[in-house]
Amino acid sequence: MNRPPVTDWATDFDHLDPGFVEDPHAVYSRLRDECPVAHTDRYHGVWIPTRYEDLAAIAHDHQRFSSRTILVTDRAESPTDLGFHAPPITEDPPYHTDIRRLLLPVFSPAVVAAYEPITETMANDLIDGFIDRGECDAAADYAQHVPIKVITRMLGIPDSDHARFRDWIHRLIEESPLAGETTFDAIFEIGGYLAGHVEDHRATPRDDIITHLLDARMPDGRALEDPEILGVCILLLLAGIDTTWSAIGASLLHLATHPDDRRRLIEEPDLIHSATEEFLRVFAPVTMAREVIEDTVIGGCPMRTGDRVLLPFPSGNRDPAVFDQPDRVILDREVNRHFAFGVGIHRCLGSNLARMELRVTIQTWLRRIPNFTLTDPDAVTWSAGQVRGPRTLPLAFPPA
Amino acid sequence: MKITVDTDRCQGHNRCHAVAPDLFDIDDLGYATAATAGDLSPGSEHSARLAAANCPERAIRLDD
Repeated sequence: MNRPPVTDWATDFDHLDPGFVEDPHAVYSRLRDECPVAHTDRYHGVWIPTRYEDLAAIAHDHQRFSSRTILVTDRAESPTDLGFHAPPITEDPPYHTDIRRLLLPVFSPAVVAAYEPITETMANDLIDGFIDRGECDAAADYAQHVPIKVITRMLGIPDSDHARFRDWIHRLIEESPLAGETTFDAIFEIGGYLAGHVEDHRATPRDDIITHLLDARMPDGRALEDPEILGVCILLLLAGIDTTWSAIGASLLHLATHPDDRRRLIEEPDLIHSATEEFLRVFAPVTMAREVIEDTVIGGCPMRTGDRVLLPFPSGNRDPAVFDQPDRVILDREVNRHFAFGVGIHRCLGSNLARMELRVTIQTWLRRIPNFTLTDPDAVTWSAGQVRGPRTLPLAFPPA
Repeated sequence: MKITVDTDRCQGHNRCHAVAPDLFDIDDLGYATAATAGDLSPGSEHSARLAAANCPERAIRLDD
């Protein structure tokens, strides 16, 4: 679809602009300096705060900023009006609080730790598949598969349907800004797919998240209804895949093009923990959205009920008011209060899982493939929309 | 020095426990509490400061 080019980023912002998709940080950096709360009349009117403090204030203010709109689209209706409920992320308190509590235990640090050896095996198996070739597309052959394998196993569904998951993610998350009549059909397709698995679990309970959801009870003692279970499963499937895939790919791209950092991480493996946080800060993939439900003022800008707001956490993560040398990757950055996973009541439910997956996939890659290069910088492609990461990443290395 | 975690602010990021595993307990839902009610040993103070400085919710208070 042809869209008019952006005339002025402060007043005509468009996150689908091809130049922006390529390098959003040049735009964010200028906006933070010159017009920290940008606006656009596109997508039915959207505010774009770019400074850390404004983003944190909005993310913490669920009384005025509702999660009923988490995706900014060309449609006048909010995604929830169109039937896109993926609790808890699309919900507000008090319902959000209750259903989130049911999910917190399945993503606790202790549960995640148990998945670490499994994740390492998955990463090694994937590397076995291409290491003899001496080259691979690290986005398509490696980064995307680790989160797919982990979340499908946790949910209790087969990972062999990964091509369908990728199609749904592409249509729903990457193409949703241009939402046509069929975009949200993907939700109903996913729902139909998952409904079969939920029925199967009802007949044959097992030790996984779908069974956990079937057994769960809300504070008033009621079981979850089928649309709620499907909505949660849709969230876990979608949010668990392309986000982590993006962070893994961007981190590998950095290491392929910064041999000093690569060598340092190999020579000082204990740095992996601070390095993981630094990759999350600099390459934070996710931009959330909100809808104003009570008039307010942010950074001097009057936000009215019904206005949409993008929350570009990637911009806040490079705010020089909070981070020293914000555009530099500093592997041993000790103080790193980044919000790659958001802040406030909607803190990414899977943040502990995502950070483990990122750490283990990078560690395993470096152990198996310590030397690697980017074969063609022009061949790298980035996803557009509210989740940003490399979707093509051709790397070369000495064949095993 | 004493550590207090503001349980109204903690959202379960788990950054404190990652930085200073001995100083914080994490419950089944992922929320943090201080593992020690009393004064910290001087050796732990640096870890405590790092934990507070990395908390995205600014939920950790240190009192001398």
